[in-house]
Amino acid sequence: MLNTSDILETIQMIQQENLDVRTITMGISLFDCMDNDIENSCIKVYEKITRCAGRLVEVGDALEKKYGVPIINKRVSVTPIAMLVGASGGDPVRYALTLEKAANALGIDLIGGFSALVHKGFSPGDEALIRAIPRALAETTRLCSSVNVGSTKSGINMDAVALLGHTVREAAELTQDNNCVGATKLVIFCNAPEDNPFMAGAFHGPGEPDCVVHVGVSGPGVVRAVLQKVGGGCDLTEVAELIKKTAFKITRVGQLVGTEAALMLGVPFGIVDLSLAPTPAVGDSVAHILEEIGLARCGTHGTTAALALLNDAVKKGGVMASSSVGGLSGAFIPVSEDAGMIAAARSGVLTIDKLEAMTAVCSVGLDMIAVPGDTTAETISAIIADEAAIGMINSKTTAVRVIPAIGHQEGDELEFGGLFGSAPVMPVHRESPAAFISRGGRIPAPLQSLKN
Amino acid sequence: MKAILTVLGHDTVGILAKISAECANVHGNIIEVTQSVLQEMFAMIMLVDITNLTCTLSEFQERMTEVGRREKLVVHVMHEDIFNSMHRI
Repeated sequence: MLNTSDILETIQMIQQENLDVRTITMGISLFDCMDNDIENSCIKVYEKITRCAGRLVEVGDALEKKYGVPIINKRVSVTPIAMLVGASGGDPVRYALTLEKAANALGIDLIGGFSALVHKGFSPGDEALIRAIPRALAETTRLCSSVNVGSTKSGINMDAVALLGHTVREAAELTQDNNCVGATKLVIFCNAPEDNPFMAGAFHGPGEPDCVVHVGVSGPGVVRAVLQKVGGGCDLTEVAELIKKTAFKITRVGQLVGTEAALMLGVPFGIVDLSLAPTPAVGDSVAHILEEIGLARCGTHGTTAALALLNDAVKKGGVMASSSVGGLSGAFIPVSEDAGMIAAARSGVLTIDKLEAMTAVCSVGLDMIAVPGDTTAETISAIIADEAAIGMINSKTTAVRVIPAIGHQEGDELEFGGLFGSAPVMPVHRESPAAFISRGGRIPAPLQSLKN
Repeated sequence: MKAILTVLGHDTVGILAKISAECANVHGNIIEVTQSVLQEMFAMIMLVDITNLTCTLSEFQERMTEVGRREKLVVHVMHEDIFNSMHRI
């Protein structure tokens, strides 16, 4: 029989330390739904999504019961809709409403893929889609949107970056009465992964199979609890080792649930995204792990180094545990979704500049950060450009999800509730980057040698 | 196919009897039991063969949770695969 302490450890992880499978995300290709008539295209899109993902919620619930692990979200990601808009023309918001209708019919939590890939330029459909994002997000609740503006191989499309500064602001303005929630569902990427199960950045990349199931695991609370147990007595080599072993166990849960879900749904298993994704719940914070490692407050000197250790150890443990790892894989640092980050931001220790440095060594990027309502579109574009540059040069995924808190100032707070949490409005630099952003053009792809 | 059944709570007379009677009702075959009482807290782990259950695993879980509710115990039933995958390479 299994070791008693192993059994109790698993139960404790689930019951007290918030171990969960954050999401089962089904990726669905919509290439066969393309039509030069938008009406027909929308009908085919709705039919295919509801057909492929018809049993997704049922299977998720069954697995949750079988293994006793909470599966928080069931989601769907689809082919970037800009590609369909390119074929059909018409108002992209019609696709947004179709996706929302499908999500409601399926009972899933979120649907992603109102997206465009424009890292080297706009093709027909891309610009129309980007311009429609604010309206699409204002008229839906479950739809998520993302745009890839740069990559290590192609550089950064600064025309897209300039446009998206306005898009982000407009998305917030149109949902001003609802805590600017539109901007929380829009992510701007550099080196976007095609198999990411996490929202708001999930889309089903053109290189993916027709239909596939990905799983995103979570468990910052478990990692923190392990470090808490050993206290301050061990050195950083041992800390890394402990995190690695814990990440292994967490990822194994994801691998088990993912393979079984794929089997039950009759589609191939894609990847496990072995991310540490925090929630606003007490004890489920990445910032608290960093503080457990020895920082008085997340954001102080030493944060980047501690995060680098954490992120790398999570990957090493996770890779061993799964046959196929992908997506974003790493530690997430969304401010509003992490109780420790919220506290650090409120106290002023955690700043946007420090968060930017942290994104150079961990997964994703500037995530769920509220900025003052009078922040200009150019400043938002410049924040996107900075973040994309970090991703481009370091051959990693980076992203920006900032929320201009329209009508609010530094010190105020936006309350989103649920997994999105609450965001203290953080200060930004006031000096204008407008002349830089208005130049447009492209930042060329970087050299891949002579790395210093 | 096996499931791990865990029971936690205050020690009272007949916990083991009630749990195993409910297992027998649906043809759950108890393979192994380990239990301890520590400062009046009762902790039991059972390995149950669920291959020949007369109900689904989900119904079995509900029945056991119901016993737990009646007896003021926390009862979990989880498929053994989750423990195997987390703790064995």
